[in-house]
Amino acid sequence: MAKSPKLEFDVGWDLSPAPESTDHINLKGQYDLFINGKWTKPSSGKYFKTVNPANEKVLAEIAEANEKDIDKAVQAARKAYVEVWSKMPAAERGKYIYRIARLIQERAREFAVIESMDGGKAIRESRDVDVPLAAGHFFYYAGWADKLEYAFPNRRVHSLGVAGQIIPWNFPLLMAAWKIAPALATGNTVVIKSAETTPLTLYKLAEVIEASGIPPGVVNIVSGAGETGAAIVNHPDVDKIAFTGSTGVGKIIQRAVVGTNKKTTLELGGKAANIIFEDAPLDQAVEGVINGIYFNQGHVCCAGSRLFIQESVSDLVLRKLKDRMESLIVGDPLDKNTDIGAINSKEQLGTINHFIKTGKDEGAEMYQNSCSLPDKGYWCRPTLFTNVSQSSKIVQEEIFGPVLAVQTFRTIDEVISKANNTPYGLSAGVWTDKGSKIFNLTSQMKAGIVWANTYNKFDPTSPFGGYKESGFGREGGLHGLKPYLKI
Amino acid sequence: MDRVEILKTYKIYIGGAFPRTESGRYYVPVHGNKQLGNICLSSRKDFRNAVVAARSACGKWSGKSAANRSQVMYRIAEILEGRKSQFVQELQFQGSTKSKAEQEVHASIDRLIYYAGWCDKFSQVFSSVNPVASAHFNFTAPEPMGVISICAPEDSGLLGLVDAVAPVLAGGNTCVALASEGMPLCAITFAEVLNASDVPGGTVNILTGKRTELLEHMASHMDVNGFLYCGSDEEEIRKVQSLAVENLKRVSISTSEKLLSSERQNPYCIEDFVEMKTTWHPIEIISGSGSGY
Amino acid sequence: MGNKNKFSDFRVTARIDQVGIGDRIARIRSRSIKKEAKLQGLKMILNMIDLTTLEGADTTGKVQQLCNKAKFLHASNPELPTVAAVCVYPNFVSQAKKELEKTRIKVASVATAFPAGQSSMEVKIKDTKLAVDGGADEVDMVISRGRFHQGEYSYVYDEIAAVKEACGKARLKVILETGELGSLDKVRRASDIAIYAGADFIKTSTGKIKPAATLPVTCVMLEAIRDYFYETGSMVGMKPAGGISNAKLALQYLMLVKETLGNGWLSNEWFRYGASSLANDVLMQIEKQRTGIYQSKDYFSKD
Repeated sequence: MAKSPKLEFDVGWDLSPAPESTDHINLKGQYDLFINGKWTKPSSGKYFKTVNPANEKVLAEIAEANEKDIDKAVQAARKAYVEVWSKMPAAERGKYIYRIARLIQERAREFAVIESMDGGKAIRESRDVDVPLAAGHFFYYAGWADKLEYAFPNRRVHSLGVAGQIIPWNFPLLMAAWKIAPALATGNTVVIKSAETTPLTLYKLAEVIEASGIPPGVVNIVSGAGETGAAIVNHPDVDKIAFTGSTGVGKIIQRAVVGTNKKTTLELGGKAANIIFEDAPLDQAVEGVINGIYFNQGHVCCAGSRLFIQESVSDLVLRKLKDRMESLIVGDPLDKNTDIGAINSKEQLGTINHFIKTGKDEGAEMYQNSCSLPDKGYWCRPTLFTNVSQSSKIVQEEIFGPVLAVQTFRTIDEVISKANNTPYGLSAGVWTDKGSKIFNLTSQMKAGIVWANTYNKFDPTSPFGGYKESGFGREGGLHGLKPYLKI
Repeated sequence: MDRVEILKTYKIYIGGAFPRTESGRYYVPVHGNKQLGNICLSSRKDFRNAVVAARSACGKWSGKSAANRSQVMYRIAEILEGRKSQFVQELQFQGSTKSKAEQEVHASIDRLIYYAGWCDKFSQVFSSVNPVASAHFNFTAPEPMGVISICAPEDSGLLGLVDAVAPVLAGGNTCVALASEGMPLCAITFAEVLNASDVPGGTVNILTGKRTELLEHMASHMDVNGFLYCGSDEEEIRKVQSLAVENLKRVSISTSEKLLSSERQNPYCIEDFVEMKTTWHPIEIISGSGSGY
Repeated sequence: MGNKNKFSDFRVTARIDQVGIGDRIARIRSRSIKKEAKLQGLKMILNMIDLTTLEGADTTGKVQQLCNKAKFLHASNPELPTVAAVCVYPNFVSQAKKELEKTRIKVASVATAFPAGQSSMEVKIKDTKLAVDGGADEVDMVISRGRFHQGEYSYVYDEIAAVKEACGKARLKVILETGELGSLDKVRRASDIAIYAGADFIKTSTGKIKPAATLPVTCVMLEAIRDYFYETGSMVGMKPAGGISNAKLALQYLMLVKETLGNGWLSNEWFRYGASSLANDVLMQIEKQRTGIYQSKDYFSKD
C-alpha cells in the first residue's frame, strides 16, 4: 500500500468551462470624459484603446484628457463645490452617496464582468470582492456625511474643496470607491482619473453617478496617462490629492505639491512579510499565503510577497504550499473557476518576467504550478522562489505579480528584524496559535495593516494605509475621513 | 570684594550626555549689543549622532507603559517648576521682561503637564474597534512614528521648544530638536531638566546652531520618520518638504502664533506624529447556544 | 497495537483555525461544477455511496428492499454504477451479504455499541466479531467520546487498535461523531488518534447526532489524512456521513477531496458518503443532465 508520497492533482476529474456570460454587458465603443455631468469630447480629440489582457482584443476607446480638459473638470468641480455641494445639508449629501451604493449593487454583475474583461482579474474576485466592497464603501461613508462632528472630538470640521484623485489599475472600481466615497461624504467635490489600462468600470461608475442625480460637477471622471495625472496634481485650484500607485510616482506627486497648500494621501507600494511560526495552524496559514500572494495575480500593494517560515516546519509548509498551488487554476478571467486571471498588461508581464529571470540569475530556486496556459493573452503561473535572502532583488523590490520569495528563520527577534528590514511598511501577516506571541508580533511590525492568522481581508470600516515609504493617510473607516477635512 | 561668579558653559545634548559639538565651532548670539555666550555651532555630524541616539532610544521610550511615560513627563514639569527662577533669569537675559518671562515659564510647565496627561489617553481617543462584516476582530490604534526632527521656533526660547517637543514625546516618539538660533540658552538648560528627570538618554536630543546649516540634513536624513517645522519661512518650508520626500517623512508645519494660548493644547498635535495600525484576527464562531461548528 | 507504528503525542496535534477553514470552504463552494464535469462527478458520487439503514425499526424486509435498491438504482438507466456498499446493523449482515451475492457491492456493518459506544471493550470486540463473522466487508465503529473528552487518548487509541485487530480482513471505518466533539481542534485530535491506531477510513458521524457531516469538519479530517500521507506515504479513506442529502452538496465534498488530497482519493476505495436519500437526488440530477428536463421525485424509487 505504501506509495511514493506525492499527491496527484493533474489528471482525473477536471472542471468543465464555466464562463460568466457577457450578454447583459452594456459597453459602448467609445467613452468620452465625464465633466460637469456631461459626456465631453476631449479637447485634443485623442482616444486611446483599452485591451482585454486575456485575449488582447480591444474593448473600447477612451478619451484622453489633457491639461485643458483637466482645467475644465477642476472648474466644474469648484463651481459645484461653491454653489451646490458645500451648501447642501449633509444628510442630503449622504442620500446621493447611498443612491450610488444601491445603483452599484443593482448593476453588480455588469460591473464584475467588465472589471474582469478590462483588468484580467478572475470573476470570482471581481464578483465576490471588488464590486461588493466598492458598494460597501459608498454605503459606509454615505452614513458619515451628517455625523462628522462625532468623529473629531472638540473640533468643528470643514471640507477642503476640490479633491484630485488618481487611481491604479489593480482594483479600478474599488479604488474609485475608496477615493470618491469619503471625499463626497466630507463635502468635497472630485476630479478622478482612471489608470490607462483599466478605465472601463470608472466610466460605468460615471453612468451610475449620472443616474444618481447628483448635481453636475460634483464628480468628474477623466482618463489618461501620467501627463493627465500631472495636470491634476499641478492644477492650482485643487485642494487635495489622493493617490494610489507606486512609491516612485507617489514621490513625484509629493514633490510636486511642495510649497502649496494641497493636502495629500499616498497609498503606495509594499513588500509585506508573511510570517509562519511552527505553532501556527499550518493548513490555514498555507491558504493565507495563497490568498496573500496570488490574490488578483499578485497585483496587490499589500500582497504578502515575502514569506518567512520557521525552519522547523519549512519543509512541511513548502510541501503543502506547492500542493495547494497545484490546485490553482490559471486562465480565462471570466470563468467562474479561475483562481488566477490574466496579468493586467503586456508591460506588467514584462516586468514580472524580468523579476523571475533576475531571481533565477541570482541563484534562487523556482517552483511554478504545472497548469497549462491559454495561447493568447498575458499569463504568469503562480511562482515561488526558495534559496533567497534579504539581499536578493526579488526579496527587496515590489514585483506586483504572482511571485513569492520564501525564506526561513529560527527565532522571533530574527524574523522581526528581517520583516521590518525594508523601506516599505504597508502590511504584514503573522501566523501562530499563541495569543501573546501574536500581540508581540502585531505590535512589532512596522506596517499599517497587520493580519494575524488571516491575510488580505478588507472592509469599508477598516482603515488601510502604510508606514514609511508605503505612504501616508488612511482610507476606510473613521480614520479615512480625516484626510479630506480641515480639523 | 564681591564673589566671582561661575559662568555657565552651554553644550549640546545627545544621547543623555552633554558633549561639545564635534566640530569644535561656536557662535555668539547677541541681544541688542549684549553677547549671550559661546554657543555650540552644531554640525551635521552632531545631528547624525543625535539621530543614532534617538533611534536607539525608540524602544526604551516607546517600550515604557503609557502610564509611565505620563509620569516621566510629569516629572519633567516638576523639575522645571523647581528651576523656574533659572529660566526666568535666562529669558530676561535674552531680552524678556520679568513678567513675560514668568508667564512663559509657567506656560511651559503647564504645557508639559497637559501633554503628560495625554500619554495614556490619546490612544483611546484616536483608536477604533471596526465592525467588519467578516468573522474578525479588527481594531485600529496609534503607534509612535519613530524619530522626529524638530525645528523649534526662532522667536520663543523655552515655550516654543516645549510646545513642539511635548506632543512628540507624548506620542511615544524620540526626537532631535534644533533650538532657537538667537535664543538658545533655555533650550540647553531645559536639556538639563530632561536629564534630571527620568527621560531615557537619547529620547530628546537638543542641538544648537544654524538652521541654514542643519535644516537640510534634518529633512533629508533617511532614518528620520517625521519632521516638525515651527515657523513660517516659505523657503525653509519648501526645502524641508522637498527633502522629506526622499523617504516620505511626515512633515507638519506649525507657526508660533498664540504660543501662550490654551488653543495650542490639543491631542491632534500628538496625532500628527503617530501611525495608525489596523490589526485583524479571526473570531472563532462556536456559540453557547449550540449552533455548532 | 495498530497497523501503523508511528505514534504521536495526541495532546499536541496540529492547530486548526476555524475561520480559516471557513474561508477555504467558501472557496470550495464557489467552484462551478457544470456539464461534463458535473456528470462525471455525479457518477463518481453514486459509486461512493454507502446506502444506509440504521434504525431500531429495521426489519429483514427493510434490509431486503435496501439491497435491491443498491443493485438496481434506477431501472431506466442500467449503465449507471452501483453504490459502494450497504450499511446495516450487525444482525442484518449475513442477510445483506446473501442479497448482494454476485455483485461488487460491499456490506458494511456498524459495531462497537453503535451509536453511543457506551459499553465495555469486551462487548465492543464481540459486537465487531458478530459483524465480521456474518461476512461484513467493512466495519464502522464509534470511538469512546466520553473517554476522549476525559483526555484518555491512549484508551481511545487502544480501543480502536483492538477493534482493528478483531476486524481481520474487514476494513475499519472509525466514526468520530464530530457533532459531540465540540471544536475543530478536537476533530483533528480524534482524527489523528484514529488514523495512527489503524483506521482504514475515518468517518464523521453516526447520523444520530446533529450536526453530522459538515464541509469544515470534513476539511479538517482530510487535512489529517494528508498529513499522515506526507508522514508515512500511506492512504487513509474518508467518509462524511449524515446530512448530505443533495447532489450539489455532495459535489462540493468531492471538490474538497480533490483539492485537498488530489485525484488518488477519487474512488470508493478512499472516499464514501454515508447517506440514505442522496442516491435519488444524484439520480435525478443525472437524468436532468441526460435529458435536459427537470425531474420529479415520483419517478425515482424510494426504498
